[in-house]
Amino acid sequence: MSAVEVTGLVKSFGRTKALDGLDLRVETGEVHGFLGPNGAGKTTTIRILLGLMRSDGGSARLLGGDPWAGATTLHRRLAYVPGDVTLWPNLSGGEVIDLLGRLRGGVDRRRRDELLERFDLDPRKKARTYSKGNRQKVALVAALSADVELLVLDEPTSGLDPLMEEVFREVVREERQTGDRTVLLSSHILSEVEALCDRVTIVRAGRTVETGTLAGLRHLTRTTITAELAGPVDGLATLPGVHGLRTDDRRVIFDVDSDALDPALRKLVGIGVRSLTSRPPTLEELFLRQYRKEPTA
Amino acid sequence: MTGTWQLLRLVLRRDRVLLPLWAVILGLLPALYVSSFRELFPTTKDLQVYADLSRANAGFVGLYGPLDGASLGEIVAWRSGFLPVVVGLFSLLTVIRHTRANEEAGRTDLLGAGVTGRHAGLAAALAATLGANALLALVIASTLLAQGMPAPGSVLLALQYALAGAVFAGVGAVAAQAGQTARTARFLAVGGLATAYVLRLAGDVSALGNSSLAWLSWLSPVGWLHRTFPYGQNAWWPALLALALTAVLLAAAAVLQARRDVGAGLLAPRLGPATAAPSLRGPLGLAWRLHRGVLAGWVLGFALLGLVFGGVAQSVAALTTDNAGLARVFERMGGASAISDSFLASVLGLMGIFAAAFAVQAALRARDEEETGHAELVLATRTGRLRWLGSHVLFAGAGPAAALLAGGLTCGLMAGDAGGVLAGAAVQVPAAATLGAVAVLMIGALPRQAPAAWGVVAACFLLMLAGAVLGLDQWVLDLSPFTHTPHLPGGEARATPLVALSLVAVLLATAGVAAFRRRDVPAG
Repeated sequence: MSAVEVTGLVKSFGRTKALDGLDLRVETGEVHGFLGPNGAGKTTTIRILLGLMRSDGGSARLLGGDPWAGATTLHRRLAYVPGDVTLWPNLSGGEVIDLLGRLRGGVDRRRRDELLERFDLDPRKKARTYSKGNRQKVALVAALSADVELLVLDEPTSGLDPLMEEVFREVVREERQTGDRTVLLSSHILSEVEALCDRVTIVRAGRTVETGTLAGLRHLTRTTITAELAGPVDGLATLPGVHGLRTDDRRVIFDVDSDALDPALRKLVGIGVRSLTSRPPTLEELFLRQYRKEPTA
Repeated sequence: MTGTWQLLRLVLRRDRVLLPLWAVILGLLPALYVSSFRELFPTTKDLQVYADLSRANAGFVGLYGPLDGASLGEIVAWRSGFLPVVVGLFSLLTVIRHTRANEEAGRTDLLGAGVTGRHAGLAAALAATLGANALLALVIASTLLAQGMPAPGSVLLALQYALAGAVFAGVGAVAAQAGQTARTARFLAVGGLATAYVLRLAGDVSALGNSSLAWLSWLSPVGWLHRTFPYGQNAWWPALLALALTAVLLAAAAVLQARRDVGAGLLAPRLGPATAAPSLRGPLGLAWRLHRGVLAGWVLGFALLGLVFGGVAQSVAALTTDNAGLARVFERMGGASAISDSFLASVLGLMGIFAAAFAVQAALRARDEEETGHAELVLATRTGRLRWLGSHVLFAGAGPAAALLAGGLTCGLMAGDAGGVLAGAAVQVPAAATLGAVAVLMIGALPRQAPAAWGVVAACFLLMLAGAVLGLDQWVLDLSPFTHTPHLPGGEARATPLVALSLVAVLLATAGVAAFRRRDVPAG
């Protein structure tokens, strides 16, 4: 059974169409990256999944139930970190963590204290005095210390410094190893998704443009080759599937489609190769390529 | 101080409506008192009777300060004796808003990185505030002179206001250095103002009895200003005391600012508990934490209001038997036979409106929680919408009831009619709850327009104050729930309107909650 099943989701705010037929499927036990630029509809999708908003069309199932009608029962089984965490200014961080834990049905004190330590958070400070990063930590500690099946994290590392981002990744990796938790992680930080997720769904303007494993998505994309050759470069530019060729004496750099890799390499070997590096595309490049394209009407 | 002029222009740009409006409206009040007292007390004998009664009444003296002579000017100056506190409050809030609140929001960093001196922000905020106070003084003096009042008293009265503003602008400036957050700064400065007021009140009331604590008034800058006695003794030297205190406070603020970093304060924010108390368990526990401060404030405020008005009620009867004009005013306000009952009933009606404002404020807290994103955190747990909104609605209903009972109790004890006054306060609860329920309905059905519930309270207030005087049709008056509330003590106690109003309140609130359960959060 899938933890999240969304098909053809539609949601409008007045004249703005926030979701325009969005699909999302998160399998139980996986860490799923939900990737898209700001305004793509990630937060709206999550709010519909949490029963905070009602969709105008399409269907959404969460943990096998209806997210709107079954909200309170389903919420026992999940924990949520909103994208923009605001806390009650006159409550201390520790009070907020305990309150949210109790509202979810209980606090695992040992886990809570361990996470506080790892995230280096002082729970006695009033929320009013926390920086954005520290507010984020409060919500993360509260969510990660909950004993739930599903974690819904909306851009969870915004505002965290790199050190704390690494701690966050460690914790999520540990969760993945224990294997009984599903994580839906929305992000526009590509390296984070690359480092943590099993599968990725890329959305733009309220629609899903790509979904699959990172390896699967890379099949659709190009490899960047840098090579130093024995002889003059000849005939490479005319090969199908080779893009953006730049030559500097006997050094070449070019991108090549995955299915044109074989003839291109044969050509290089024919000239004679002194050195060669190939690099798979970063998610960054994949992402940019995907979004440079106009959405199909 | 470099850049003060530019920052001053920024302050004036931000407050271009508020400052002049405030100076003009407040500035017109003393002149309005002159014309209304001329009408109420046309002869010297009338004035003398009113003054004799007033200066012996603990409630009046507590509220307005000591009254010395019995001339029209002296009575006007005395009767506007609460206004310096209002001027002080406005001044300290303005200074903090343009200093510490800026700093907390990070705007000071933005400006500090430009070509502005360390003290420029504080200097600009003070210049604007003192300027507004000068404008206020100008309005007061000129309108009083235009009413044909003697010049020295008019100028001194205007100066009294301006100096109250200056002293508490200084208090605000010091507090803005001490507290690290605008909230702390406001707390400190308002605390200073309240202390000054209470010291004066205690000292002046003590002076009516055995005078053992009369010296307390001399610890308070508000007390000094009252002792200028404009139009009577015209004593200028207490004004000099206030001027000297202002100078000391401003110097202290400058020194403190020079010795600290931007963003830092003398008082570090206090730490809270590392774990939540067992009571902070569910939505109700959370609502208690969110509402309890405001609730305590209103209950205390109502209790104090009750004390003052209860004290005043004692001598109202005596006062009005000699004055047909004043008696007519009270009759118009509430209309029962016995004057002091009539007075108490109108005071309780006023409290009812205040309680309605509290109800609306408490209900709209739920909307604040939604807009700030706090509601989302709670509603993503197993807390249902009914329980979440219900926890706030509970405080919107029970809070005003508690405040009304506190006010009714103290007022009744002071007036010597505890049972009757308490009943008069209790009958206000359904009407106040009805206006709170209007806010709940708005939150559910028209969340973006929810603050309009304040307009409904204001409209009911206007109908209560001026409806009968303006000769409006009965159906217009009937729109306000307070029109249907029995006038107690003295009036006829009828259960039907109370039951009907309670039903309306429950229906409106239920409709609001039902609408809330069907809509998006946050409202799209």
